[in-house]
Amino acid sequence: MSRNESMTEIAVTVNGEVRSAPSGLTLVAVERNLEIAPRSAYDTITIEPDDRLEIVHFVGGG
Amino acid sequence: MTQDVPLNVAGRALKSRLIIGTGKYETYEQNARALEASGADMITVAVRRVNLSDPSKPRLVDFIDPEKYVFLPNTAGCFTGEDAVRTLRLAREAGGWKLVKLEVLSDPKHLYPDMAETLRATEMLIKEGFDVMVYCSDDPVYAKKLEEAGACAIMPLGAPIGSGLGIQNPVNIRLIIEAAKVPVDAGVGTASDAAIAMELGCDGVLMNTAIAEAKDPVLMASAMKHAVIAGRKAYLAGRMPKKKYADPSSPLAGLI
Repeated sequence: MSRNESMTEIAVTVNGEVRSAPSGLTLVAVERNLEIAPRSAYDTITIEPDDRLEIVHFVGGG
Repeated sequence: MTQDVPLNVAGRALKSRLIIGTGKYETYEQNARALEASGADMITVAVRRVNLSDPSKPRLVDFIDPEKYVFLPNTAGCFTGEDAVRTLRLAREAGGWKLVKLEVLSDPKHLYPDMAETLRATEMLIKEGFDVMVYCSDDPVYAKKLEEAGACAIMPLGAPIGSGLGIQNPVNIRLIIEAAKVPVDAGVGTASDAAIAMELGCDGVLMNTAIAEAKDPVLMASAMKHAVIAGRKAYLAGRMPKKKYADPSSPLAGLI
């Protein structure tokens, strides 16, 4: 995947706020209230008030 | 001639005995070129929040292909077992990998591992099905405990993380090697340090700063590749015994 191909933006909603994010965002994981929100359950998870979401990916590190 | 076998970690055969980090490079592009020059097929990566406010920021996976290289997620910045387990659960969900590098730190000044907490986190992770490569102190007693707990690689520090001081305690590294499967992690500064680690009998060397902070990281990556190969060959070849006095290389017989 070249960098240019990955740069199309899509709209997603995080904590009620619409944000733009790169499409084809791969290798991302979501934690909801300290528990993994598995990708397979995204359709069935309802975000509740005061939920704490962490969205992480891989960056350079030793 | 003695034939080598590939380094095998948790059932995965690696072509190279050099594992490199992906931190501190000027750009991911430079990182990718250094990686290619190093010949490494495993890289460490950190788990961090996605930058939601600026999605145009370069991303590691745009430059280094997770299909081509083994990504080894780390727990850098974690100071408790719980933090480390939480981070690696996210890494497993993101990448689908269960092979991970555990480091549980104590004091930011020296970044020495907290070994009691490291051992506890190792046990927690193994219980959850992870294959754990463990950054640890150069203490043969704890190294043995980590191996008995089921760690798939014991990775004692050669010197403090990022210090570039080289192998500070070769005696302890050798004692650990005699009892466990060991790549060395942290503290390498230049090619001879990597060669020394391999000559001691380490199974591999993991480094980041020595390459990333060299004046020419791509050239240093190539130097490290050759140093690790040279050190490994020297270890397998078996060095000559050290002698107290000179021993002439040319025959004494027939001297005019």
